[in-house]
Amino acid sequence: MYTTELKDRNQKAAPVTTAAEDPVKLAAFEARVAADDFIEPKDWMPEAYRKTLVRQISQHAHSEIVGMLPEGNWITRAPSLRRKAVLLAKVQDEGGHGLYLYAAAETLGTSRDEMIEALHSGRAKYSTIFNYPTLTWADIGAIGWLVDGAAILNQVPLQRTSYGPYARAMVRICKEESFHQRQGYEIMMALAAGSPEQKRMAQNALDRWWWPSLMMFGPPDENSPNTAQSVRWRIKRETNDELRQKFVDVTVPQAEAIGITVPDPALKWNEARGSYDFGAIDWDEFYAVVRGEGPVAKERVKARVEAWESGAWVREAANAHAAKRAHRAAAE
Amino acid sequence: MSKEWPLWEVFVRAKNGLAHKHVGSVHAADDRMAIEAARDTYTRRMEGVSLWVVRSADIVASDPGESAALFEPAADKVYRHPTFYSIPEHVKNI
Repeated sequence: MYTTELKDRNQKAAPVTTAAEDPVKLAAFEARVAADDFIEPKDWMPEAYRKTLVRQISQHAHSEIVGMLPEGNWITRAPSLRRKAVLLAKVQDEGGHGLYLYAAAETLGTSRDEMIEALHSGRAKYSTIFNYPTLTWADIGAIGWLVDGAAILNQVPLQRTSYGPYARAMVRICKEESFHQRQGYEIMMALAAGSPEQKRMAQNALDRWWWPSLMMFGPPDENSPNTAQSVRWRIKRETNDELRQKFVDVTVPQAEAIGITVPDPALKWNEARGSYDFGAIDWDEFYAVVRGEGPVAKERVKARVEAWESGAWVREAANAHAAKRAHRAAAE
Repeated sequence: MSKEWPLWEVFVRAKNGLAHKHVGSVHAADDRMAIEAARDTYTRRMEGVSLWVVRSADIVASDPGESAALFEPAADKVYRHPTFYSIPEHVKNI
């Protein structure tokens, strides 16, 4: 899954600058990145590059971890053993994705504890999509199909991002993500071909997840002040609006194929552009969710904090056990 | 009082006959836990048949600032490569 660079609307004022950097080192760095060379952890990099990456990678990691919650909600209620095994494997993958990304961020000099603290205190953001509730089983289909589908579009270009550890984590993630999307679409297919009530469930899930999925790509390009620098630094390879358009273009025919309807009266194929035109996104809703006003935002962070706190004794016990073993080994 | 578990680098052998390759890292309190965490994190889809874990703090890495001194001398020793030597066309099997 994926997060874009999320900030409150009123926080967007200052674009990150490199004014204080050594101009010779900066020029050499810019040239390497422009030549599609990879930057590795011990290489010199501008502070703004390091900071932007720590924010982006940790937000991405947090999204994977928080993203386990809406789907975990349905593991015990999956409609068959097959669906349950699949969903368990999928949610476990999300946990793995979070760990690859935390590890990549740690190579930039931040620590796991710092990142987790930032998530729990609300300083760090995660994708707005996970602050919506999963009300029916069809939502599990919609998430795999739409949310993981959106994630794939964003993550595929990031396999060529300039920071080596991030790019390598993305390669692993992309290999696993396709299963996520296909299992979701399969759930939607089954419901859409089912009883009228099941079909209604599928349509209702699409109705509720469509617009939040479009918002996942982040604010429109004109409100995304660091996009140009991030594109130049190969931290971002396509803009929010470009990716959003791609998503609409590939997803609409997938909905049509199973007889459900994208909830956008303005949606229309534009022959001249070779793309779909689509309706206006409610950006007030997006910024409200970024600020923490999503329907289940408080519940999500509370669940993470509780998991962390109730696991504290395990972390301490493991440390104590390791210390005891090391002490005994030294005595022998 | 909680202390962050140390970081371990993880290496996976994809199949016998290949070398172990670095894949990422995990946090774990000790070696056994590091192996188990590496297994769960990096080999969920038959990615390997063997794991190495080593504490990240124990790895000594070369400094990118030294890379010219360390690696560039190889560039002016082209005579280490077979294509440096020209052999007449009619001479075979060499």
